[in-house]
Amino acid sequence: MSTIQKIQAEIVEDFGMFDDWMQKYEYLIDLGNELAPIKEQYKTEDNLIKGCQSRVWLHAEHTQGKIIFTADSDAIMTKGIVAILINVLSNQAPKDIATAKLDFINEIGLKDQLSPTRANGLVSMIKKMKLYAIAFNN
Amino acid sequence: MLDISKIRKQFPILSTKVNGENLVYFDNGATTQKPQSVITAESNYYQNENSNVHRGVHFLSGLATDKFEETRITIQNFIGAKHSHEIIFTKGTTDSINIVASGYRTLLNKGDEIIISELEHHSNIVPWQMCCEQSGATLKVIPLLDNGSLDMIAFENFLSENTKLVSVSHISNTLGTINPIEKIIEKAQAVGAKVMIDGAQAAAHISLNMQSLGADFYCFSAHKLYGPTGVGILYGKEDVLNELPPYQGGGEMIKEVSFKKTTYACLPHKFEAGTPNIAGVVAFKSAIDFITELGLSNIAKYEEELLQYATEEVLKIEGLKIYGTAKNKSGIISFNINELHPYDIGMIVDKMGIAIRTGHHCTQPIMERFNIPGTARISLAVYNTKEEIDICISALKKAKMMLS
Repeated sequence: MSTIQKIQAEIVEDFGMFDDWMQKYEYLIDLGNELAPIKEQYKTEDNLIKGCQSRVWLHAEHTQGKIIFTADSDAIMTKGIVAILINVLSNQAPKDIATAKLDFINEIGLKDQLSPTRANGLVSMIKKMKLYAIAFNN
Repeated sequence: MLDISKIRKQFPILSTKVNGENLVYFDNGATTQKPQSVITAESNYYQNENSNVHRGVHFLSGLATDKFEETRITIQNFIGAKHSHEIIFTKGTTDSINIVASGYRTLLNKGDEIIISELEHHSNIVPWQMCCEQSGATLKVIPLLDNGSLDMIAFENFLSENTKLVSVSHISNTLGTINPIEKIIEKAQAVGAKVMIDGAQAAAHISLNMQSLGADFYCFSAHKLYGPTGVGILYGKEDVLNELPPYQGGGEMIKEVSFKKTTYACLPHKFEAGTPNIAGVVAFKSAIDFITELGLSNIAKYEEELLQYATEEVLKIEGLKIYGTAKNKSGIISFNINELHPYDIGMIVDKMGIAIRTGHHCTQPIMERFNIPGTARISLAVYNTKEEIDICISALKKAKMMLS
């Protein structure tokens, strides 16, 4: 099992403990609040992913064969999901990121949050993370 | 007095459960729900009346055409238009505005001016920007005052002989402001300008009379007044519509076609190229009938009462700020709570069965004006109740607690 898959399995296990949506949302809010801040200099227009509902900033750095992602969002619920995606995909090799299957999203019941109709910037964020991975892999 | 519980029974969707909770539908500014009569009319059309309009000699074509034209006359009466051919069926408000803005591309020249306002929906901004780009005309924007009403002094200062067209909304979809359109029409027409009113948020809430109002153009969508999506109208004064070039070419809109020269059909067909949304138009009549039976003045009175109650109650939430506090307001409340993001609030109350709108509501200039990323918005309709407002308030309090 690759590292990315292992982390995904852990997240699915974490979410399995929740009985209702409130606990799940409170956990997302906590994750959002705990997300390591993005450096102010990286909160640029270039790094901004504009959703209709919320905005996401994503910065990528390629160092020692791995990509370090940092990110932020103006909405805390979005930021919570951003934190999960960072947890899964940051500090991984470009090749692993590019080929990663993000099955856990369905399993933790956040599929609707990551659908294009939500327009919260998250779909574009995943796409952008993958594009960085492909670019750094070449 | 309206019997709201009886009215609610006419809307099947209102008994929906969302996450196990009763649906509280407060997104009526986006679209209203449909009464059974509208749903039945639309399916009945396909079951018993379907045929193309204005074309066939056969029985069904005649029936479909009669039904289609019946709606036109119903709308003529509903908005007090002088002629039924002043009612053009469109896809909706956006389509209606584009028809006019597209026509004005060829009617305007450099030096001409179009006036819109800062509180417009993008649908009443972008078509005019496109029109100005292609005609060389200049776009002027009436600024907003802090309470969300238009700066009428600035508006009057904009007016000159160069003003060719003024297009403003009757009611702001974000702020709820009811604009003083009578005054705007009077002042604009005094300098020879034509006036278009975007009535998307008004037609289900305020009774209209085109002849006394005197607007050159007025438009709205069926789906915001309990009717089907994909249908709307453009009203235009007969002489003004005659001057406006057609929008799309195709079937129905022609008088004679040859490769030398094609001549256009008379009103209203000149603007109705192609097979229209016949089922939608037929069901549109049932929506108007629904409103007429209740009485627009009764609806307005009840919604005013709801708005007042909702405003008082939401303001009891500490840190809640309402955007749009004009004296003359319709049933729309846009708000933020402290620094909380409206998206977070919307997501949490959704889990409690409450449908509110969050975001910029297709009015980014308003967001910029108030320097906010968006708002949460409650927009009311005749089937809403004070109990629903109470449920929403307690959900908002819970969301605030979770997010603070």
